[in-house]
Amino acid sequence: MSLLEVNGISKAFGGIHALDGCSLAVEQGSITGLIGPNGSGKTTLFNVITGYERPDAGTVTLRGTDVTNASPSTIFGLGLGRTFQIVRIFSRLTVMENMHIAVQRRGVRSLLRRWTAPDERAHAQELLDFVGISHLTDAPAENLSYGQKKLLEFAMILIAEPRLVLLDEPAGGVNPTLAAQLTDRIKTLNQRGITFLIVEHNMQFVMSLCDKVAVMHRGSLLTEGTPDQVRGNPAVLEAYLGD
Amino acid sequence: MLLQLDSVYAGYGGGDVLRGVSLTAEQGSITCIVGPNGAGKSTVMATISGLLKPRQGDIIFDGRSIRGLGPQQILARGLALVPQAHSLFPALTVRENVELGAYMLNDAALVRRRLAEVEALFPIVRERATEKAGSLSGGQQRQVEFARSLMLDPALVMLDEPSMSLDPKTAKEMFKTVKHMNESGRTILLVEQNVRSGLGVATHGVVMESGKVRLIGPAQDILNNPEISALYLGGSLEDTHAS
Repeated sequence: MSLLEVNGISKAFGGIHALDGCSLAVEQGSITGLIGPNGSGKTTLFNVITGYERPDAGTVTLRGTDVTNASPSTIFGLGLGRTFQIVRIFSRLTVMENMHIAVQRRGVRSLLRRWTAPDERAHAQELLDFVGISHLTDAPAENLSYGQKKLLEFAMILIAEPRLVLLDEPAGGVNPTLAAQLTDRIKTLNQRGITFLIVEHNMQFVMSLCDKVAVMHRGSLLTEGTPDQVRGNPAVLEAYLGD
Repeated sequence: MLLQLDSVYAGYGGGDVLRGVSLTAEQGSITCIVGPNGAGKSTVMATISGLLKPRQGDIIFDGRSIRGLGPQQILARGLALVPQAHSLFPALTVRENVELGAYMLNDAALVRRRLAEVEALFPIVRERATEKAGSLSGGQQRQVEFARSLMLDPALVMLDEPSMSLDPKTAKEMFKTVKHMNESGRTILLVEQNVRSGLGVATHGVVMESGKVRLIGPAQDILNNPEISALYLGGSLEDTHAS
């Protein structure tokens, strides 16, 4: 049984079929890349998996539990965290205040733990250090650059201790040197047991990180395989990579 | 010299982000700014376009100071900005979005002529004219944003990370479009994290770090500088030592 199984998902917006019988499996402990041309349905698939969109057909199962049509908070509670293409943080709050809000999303039990555990701030600080923005702890989030906001959003997901993390373009807007560091961080987290599903256009990032790459085209899966298999596939070259 | 920044200091209230930035963009050039996240690249563009007032220093455009002018006055002088991401009105049609780029013009015949010009450069503006901008893919929306920025026939176009969220094939086409816009007479100032492609299309490069310009010179020289490559372009110091 795979950690996450997507079976025959379809989703239309008006007359546009964003997803058309899309199936995908993410194995426990893997780092799976999801690539495909703009408009091929990657973000819509993320939205369906995480409960932000209801599919017209098909099922999503997480660790064997059917979560099709479950709410985002239910799915989050089952250990699935995600980031967004357009970052979602509280811009008027400081970086640390954003981290505290993320802690509270873990539910009442963790809220109590926050008060009884004085090391919560230290843990948040550790995660900010882990993603490389600990020097900005007390800065208002609105002062962060776009790339730094994405790193904050990543840290906010991690503090909720997810088992599966969906990242929507983690390297977009991030400097190549920092992106290389981010690769190392994701590998470390993966070794600690977190499974990743990553949408990304930076092929160097995908190739150096992922065990398996799935390619979407026009709302369904075009092919999947190891990074090298996918890169050498003529259909992928034609649809996605260009000459 | 079309644009010159002379020791510019600027920030958002919590201290200066730009700390004495001096740089130039020659008439007819494509100048690409690269650097780590939070270096101040987007802030340079916000300051030039009048969204942020410089605290100190001067900005000269086409021989005259534009320091302290509002965004509308600066746009009227011929300086257009395409911001980092998602600046179209999704519920308006493609044509309505593009026409908004000419809201300062009172001459309907001139607006029609400009529209025809940008349609020639970006056929999607005509092909998808009556569709909602929000229904277009990321790459298609980028083209509409470019088209809108040209409606006032600007001498200088500033593009903040134009390749972000674009798939590799679309990104290649986008960089060709940048070259095309340049060949049609526009000077281009570009911020890119896709640094190899950005510097690849550019004539000049600027490396920023911590609110200052660290290096400025021909784009090829910056691309070929091993130390710069290691620090900012995602290469490693080991590569430097090996080469």
